[in-house]
Order: sequence, then C-alpha cells, then structure tokens
Amino acid sequence: MIPIGLHAYLVVAASLFCFGLFCVLTRRNSIGLLIGIELMLNAGNLNVVAFSRFIGSPIEGQIWAIMVIILAASEAVIFLALLIAIYQNFNTIDVDEIAMLKE
Amino acid sequence: MSNSYVAEVAYLVLVLPLIAFAIQIFFGRNLPRKGDWVSLGAIVGSLAGSLYIACQSLSAHDPQWTVHRIFDWFRVGNAYLLGGVLVDNLTAVMLVVVTGVSTLVHIYSTAYMHGDPKYSRYFGFLSLFSFSMLGLILADNIFFLYCFWELVGVSSYFLIGFWNERQAPADAAKKAFLTNRVGDIGFFLGIMILWHQLGTFSYVDIFQAVRMGEMSGLVSILGLGDVGLLTLAGLCLFCGAVGKSAQFPLHVWLPDAMEGPTPVSALIHAATMVAAGVYMVGRLFPLFTPSALLVIAYVGCITAFFAGTIAITANDIKRVLAYSTVSQLGYMIMALGVGGYTPGLQHLMTHAWFKALLFLCSGSVILGLHHTQDMREMGGLRKKMPVTFWTMLIGTLALCGVPPFSGFFSKDAILAACLEFGIGHPQHLALFVLGVAGAGITTFYMFRLIFMTFYGEPRNLEKYDHAQESPLPVILPLVILAALAIGSGWGHWFQDRIQPPPDSQFFLAQTGWGGEAVHVADEGGHGGAAHTIAMLCSILAVIIGFGFSYILYFSRTISPKAIAERYPTCYRWLLNKYYVDEFYQSYVIEPLLAWNDFLFRFDRKVIDGFVNGVARTTRVAADILGRIDLYIVDGLVNYLAEIWLELGQKVRRLHQGRIQEYLVVALALAVLFILGHSIVS
Amino acid sequence: MEALFHVATFYVFAAFALAGAAISAFSRRLVYCVFALLLTFLGVAGLYVLLSADFLAAVQVLLYAGGILVLLIFGVMLTHEIADVSTEANFTDIKFGAVISGILWLLLVVYICKVPWAVLDPLPPYAPTTRAIGLQFLGDYLVPFEYSSFVLLLVVLGAATLARKEVD
Repeated sequence: MIPIGLHAYLVVAASLFCFGLFCVLTRRNSIGLLIGIELMLNAGNLNVVAFSRFIGSPIEGQIWAIMVIILAASEAVIFLALLIAIYQNFNTIDVDEIAMLKE
Repeated sequence: MSNSYVAEVAYLVLVLPLIAFAIQIFFGRNLPRKGDWVSLGAIVGSLAGSLYIACQSLSAHDPQWTVHRIFDWFRVGNAYLLGGVLVDNLTAVMLVVVTGVSTLVHIYSTAYMHGDPKYSRYFGFLSLFSFSMLGLILADNIFFLYCFWELVGVSSYFLIGFWNERQAPADAAKKAFLTNRVGDIGFFLGIMILWHQLGTFSYVDIFQAVRMGEMSGLVSILGLGDVGLLTLAGLCLFCGAVGKSAQFPLHVWLPDAMEGPTPVSALIHAATMVAAGVYMVGRLFPLFTPSALLVIAYVGCITAFFAGTIAITANDIKRVLAYSTVSQLGYMIMALGVGGYTPGLQHLMTHAWFKALLFLCSGSVILGLHHTQDMREMGGLRKKMPVTFWTMLIGTLALCGVPPFSGFFSKDAILAACLEFGIGHPQHLALFVLGVAGAGITTFYMFRLIFMTFYGEPRNLEKYDHAQESPLPVILPLVILAALAIGSGWGHWFQDRIQPPPDSQFFLAQTGWGGEAVHVADEGGHGGAAHTIAMLCSILAVIIGFGFSYILYFSRTISPKAIAERYPTCYRWLLNKYYVDEFYQSYVIEPLLAWNDFLFRFDRKVIDGFVNGVARTTRVAADILGRIDLYIVDGLVNYLAEIWLELGQKVRRLHQGRIQEYLVVALALAVLFILGHSIVS
Repeated sequence: MEALFHVATFYVFAAFALAGAAISAFSRRLVYCVFALLLTFLGVAGLYVLLSADFLAAVQVLLYAGGILVLLIFGVMLTHEIADVSTEANFTDIKFGAVISGILWLLLVVYICKVPWAVLDPLPPYAPTTRAIGLQFLGDYLVPFEYSSFVLLLVVLGAATLARKEVD
C-alpha cells in the first residue's frame, strides 16, 4: 500500500480544475459558468493547501486558501446580484443572448 | 537650515489641488456655491506655499540652490523606482507662475462661468489641471515627468472639450489629445532610450552619466547614416515638446483649443499646458547635444515666424492670440536651441503673465459683448470697457517688446542670443533675421487687434449698445496681471539665479557652441555690442510693425482689403493657415481611415472568404477521398472535414463578443504553447 | 492499519469530489449541477482534513456548502419558473471545450508526475490549526485580513446597488 503523497492530491486538483474549465468553456447558462468557476477555485485551493502541507509552512497556505474562499464568496454574491439585474432587463441568463457586442 | 521645510511645503503645494479635485468631483454639486471656494482655497494655499519656496530661493542668492528629497517608491525584482521632488530656482519660479496664473484664473472663472450647469465639475478640472502641472514641475525624474505630462494632456482634454454637448469643442479636444499623442510617442521613445542605456530615470543620475561620457555611441538609422545616441534621445524627447508646446508641424491643435472656456485658454496658453514643453527642454537641457539643439533652434524659429504670419489674417480675437502664443513659444524654443537658456526661460515666465492677461482681457471683451468672438463685429469699445482696454494695451505692449514692459527684456535677450550665435556661426544668421521679422509681425497683428476691437466705429451697433464693463472678479485679475506684465522683467533677479546648469557647460565648452550666448546671459543681458544691435533692430521692427498697423487699421489710409486683393494667393494661404490642417486631413487622416477601411474589408472578404474556401475545399477533398476509401478512412476524413468547416465558421464568428469563444482561443493557444515547450525540452 | 484507513478515506473523498465535479460539468439539468456541487465541496472539505487543515475544512463546509451553494440555488430559483424542473443547461462548443480541457489535464498530470517535488520528510504531525491561524491573522496578516473585511463590505454595498430595482 503506497501512502498518499503530494501527487495524488495534485492529480485530484488537476481533474477538478479541468472539469471546471470544461464547464466554463461550454455552458451557455451563466449559473453554469459560475459553477465552473467555483470548481476551478476549489481546485486551486486544494493545490495551495496540499503544497503547504507537503512543502513549506502549513499555516501560510491555509491562510491564503481562506483568502481565496473569501474572494469566491464575494464573487458569488456579486454574480448573483448581476444575474438578477440581467434577468430583470433581458429576461434570460443565457450568455449568448445577452452578448450585445454581437453584429 | 532655512531650507528645511521646502520639500514638505512642496508636497503640500502639490497635494492641495488634488484634494480639491477629489472633493469637487464627488461632493461639488452639493456644496454651497457649488464648491468653487474649495478649488479656490486649495490653489491659494498652493500659491502661498509657492511664494514661501520662492522666498527661500530668492534669499539664497545662489544659482545652484537645490532641494532634493527622494523616497523609495517601489521595487520590482532588481529594478526599483525612486520618487522625489526636486526644487531649484527654476522650479521655484515656475511654481509661482503656475499657481499665480491659476489662482487668477480661478477668481476670473467664478464670474465667467457663473451659472454654468457643470460649474463644480469645471472647478474640479481646473484643480486637476493645476495639480498635473505642479507635479510636472516638481518631478525629480523623467518617469514622473512623463506621468504628469500625460495627466496634463488628459486634463486639458477635459477642459477644452468642457462644453462637449457642442460638436466643435468635442472635436477640438479630440484633436488636441491626438496631436499630443503623436509627439508623446517620440517622448516615450526618448525616455526608453535613456532607460535602456542608463537604467535610471532620475535627472541627477542621467546628467551625471551623460557628463561621464556614457551614451556617446552612434546608432545607424535604417542604414542611412549614423546619429549620436544622445542626439537621437534628445530629438525624441524634443518631439514631446513639439506636441505639447505646439511647435510646427504639430501646432494645429492649439488654435482649435480656443473652443474651450476662455479662462481655460488663458491657463493653457500661459502657465500650464504649453509651458510644459518649454520647461521640459529647459529641465533636460544638459542632455541636448549641439546637433539636437540646432534642430530645436530651427523648429522654434520656423514656428515663430510662420505662426506670426497666420495671425495677421485671423478674425477671431482668440485665434489671433492663439497664433501669437504659438509664435512666442517658438521664440522660447529657439532661444533654448541657440544656447540661450536664461533668455528662453525668462521669456517663458514673462510671457505667462502677459499672455494670461491678454486672454483674460479677450474673455472680458467676449463677456461684455455676450459671447461674440469675431473682431469684425467689435470696434469702439474703448469707452465702454476702459479697464479692459487699458490692461489689454499693457499686455499688447509687453508682448510686442516695448520698453520698459517685461516682454522687452526677455525678447531682447532672446534676439541677442540669436545674434551672438549668428555671429559665431554666420550660416545660421537667418535665425536672428527671422526672429526680428517675427517681432515686427507680432506688433502688427497685436495692434491690428487693438484697433479693430477698441477703436474706430462700432461695426455692430446692437451689440455695442449692450456692451458693458465686466464685474469685479474679472477686473481684479486683469489689474494684477497688468502690474506683473509691466514689472516682472525688471532687475536682474532672474538672470542672477537661473543660469545654464553646470552639466551643460560641458557641451558648451567642449564645442564652443553658443558659449558667448551664455556669456551674455551671465551678464544679465546687458553686455556686448550684439545686445545693442539686437535691441535696436527689435525696436525698429516694433516701430515698423506699429506703423503698418496704424496706416491700415487706424487711419485707414490704405485699405487692408486692397492689399488682400492685390496679393490674393498670399492672402489665401495665410487665411487658410498655410493649409496645414488640409494637408493633414488629406495626407494623414484620410489615408489612415482608408487603410482602416481596407483592413476591415480585407478581414471581411479575403480572410473570411479564405477560411470558408478552405473549409469547402477540404470538404470536397474529403468527399472524394471518402468515395475512394469508402470503407477505410471514411469516418475519420469526414470528421476532419467537419472540423475544418466548423473552424471556418468559428473563425468567422470570432468577433461577436462571445466571451467563451475568446476563452477557447486563448486557452488553446496557451495549451499549444505549453505543449510545444514540453516537446522541445 | 492506520495507513490503510488514511488511504481509504482519501479515495472515498477524492471519489466524492470528482464524481460531484463530473456531474456538475456534464449534467444537462441545472438543479442537478448545483446539488452535485455540494458533493464536490464536501469531498474537498474531507481532503482538507486529511491535509491537516481542520479549520479550513470547517470553513469550506460553512461557506461553500452553506453559503455559496444556497446562493446558487437562489440564483436558479429566482431566474427560472420554479415549476420548470427541466431547467436545461445547454452547451456550446462541446468539442473544443472537451479537447482543450482534456489536453490540459493530460499535460498537468504529466508534469505533476515528472517534477521532482521536494516533499518534506517526515511530514509535520497532525495538529489543530485554528489557534495558529487566528494568531497569524491578528499578527503578520493583519493588513490582508482587514482589507478582506473591507472588500466584503464593498461587496455587500455593490450587490445591494446592483440588485435593487431602479426607483425613478
């Protein structure tokens, strides 16, 4: 039985990140976009914490991870507010239909 | 010891207008009197600080008096950037000029802009403008200089286009901004050359390095010939001054900038915007090599003469003044170019006072006539607006260089420097001749302005009847400025303190370049036969100019119309400002637009067509292949063809604001990059 | 025995996280996506525990699972008719997204395996971190801490401004 090393965590994080990326690249629904972004942020956080556990000082990485969580929370709040504003104006949250730069 | 507070006061001088700007922008509308007292108070505070610094400078009696305060701004890796303020005699004088003119313009504006819906915003922008210019003066390194340089550009854009609901001011602001950008490209290149070669932005370090003979190498320009690196850097930097100080061929924005409110014109023309270019050349004077200075001298000379001739036919009172500013700036630049450091900067100072005066007077006339700017509708206003008339006359006399007004001393010193230079290098005597001719022309058009506006019969009786003297906030600045226009050139205080920086002596001594001009400056502009000759010539030119003006526009012995009809080509060229604007329109702007149009069409037709064509061809090929290898590679090839087709459609739709497609492209490139990197390594 | 337990819990949590992520990436129903995200968040929280980050795990559960997720559900519910269960999460450019994410994933895995990580040996023992984090936040990281509270304040204001109905 091989003990769980840094690689395992990094691979999990990379997979999470790529799922998130796929989400961001393909979803047309803006909530779907936000889900992808949250996945990617989680992946990044996992990386940070894993690195700080296996290389360097554990506390520092966790502190920055908390910062990222704060960021993610703020972003979600703003996103929701925007969403509501957009929905009131366009009656849709499909990112393609609200692309006003088009044509 | 007594200099101990100078740096702190300098910070205060700089920061006060910025605070006022912030207050005005955020709260201005809700303050009593719409907050004009905030800006006014800030600029008065700055003026007080500047006067304190000037007193320190005056009492020091030392040409090398300098206060230099450095702080560590930020570090990026090994590169670091120091900020700081540099206060010397030149800075002290400029501070007083800028804050003085700015204060008077603020006072004036309270009356001139009264009732404007964007009143508080206007004062906010005035504060921003003052802040930018003060920062530009106080900067101790070329990077800060550049930052504030651009800030000056931005705030002038706001102010010129202040009435942006009308088309003309908006266009004029755009024109000023874009024309300045052209010059700033050169300025930026110059800064980059210095940074690349010397690795520092600080004036002191740059001058030190130049004195030690660094940057003495040559560079080849497109294989056409070698140019000294320092000369190239100097010329690049000078491009910035050409844009900002409205030198030929980038002078076109300044007359159009008349579309802004008149007090702003006064500020731009006298103290802030256009002075920046001359100040920059003066500040970086040790950098300029003899060859660079020669170019500078000729650019200045051409501008001085050329703009003067245009002013002869202008009919808008503000445009006459605008062209006279361009012409006077040419004089300053020319003086610096021939090594007349002190006369050039002295003219900058005296000109600031009397040009501000002239503009504010014209504003008063415009106000009195209810926003009429055409001189052909004026006339006989002398009785109606006595204060405006007398102060404007003082400003005119100062501008023409009539003794004992301030302009006489500085303009004379400039001409003397040119003559000295011409005697040393007879092939460049044209500088002096054109300079003297320009002085005559200046007198001619300025008295034309005076005669057309204040003398003769009123041409538009209705407007004349409603004309009245302006209120006190308008009159007060006029009187103060008139006093300064008379007296600021007296004595030797300026020449005693502002002398060519010792670093530049290196060049001057090494090549004998303009050495005698410096000598003249050292003696306070009162020595040498050359000075006497220059003075006589310029007074003669003034008399001739006045004479023509008197005959044509006062006694009307000869009708100006007759002359215009006799030399129609000449008149047309002058009236159309030598067709410079038309030249730009048809040879620069339209080709650029056409090129843009072409690129757009190219994008639309050729590239899209190509992509679609590729897709189609590939699909056809795939089809044929598919028929041939129906059972073997059918699926694969079809799939490839589809990818191509899809790619074609993707590329065509790329510019439609679909953020995910942008992301796909960016990421695909990033992935490709990493892939390539990992394959290589 | 303890090592085996460790490995087993890792696989369980990783499976939770990845399964949740996969569902929320591929599901066509938006509500499913959001709830699958809960699975991911809990899985990642478990991994945090294994990484000796107990406080962070708690924060993760509280903030992500408790806060952000609720916000997302609100978003779904507010912008769709609640009865409309078949809330579709449409896709664009599936091929490109899949190809790019796939290649990126491969690259990442290759690099993760190739790089010789300078892992600490032995690893620091498991210890509670809450106290240490608190001390750090009031010491070395005071400025970022205060700054983040300022950011949160701005976010509250901004969100209120954005979402309110225009009163004209």
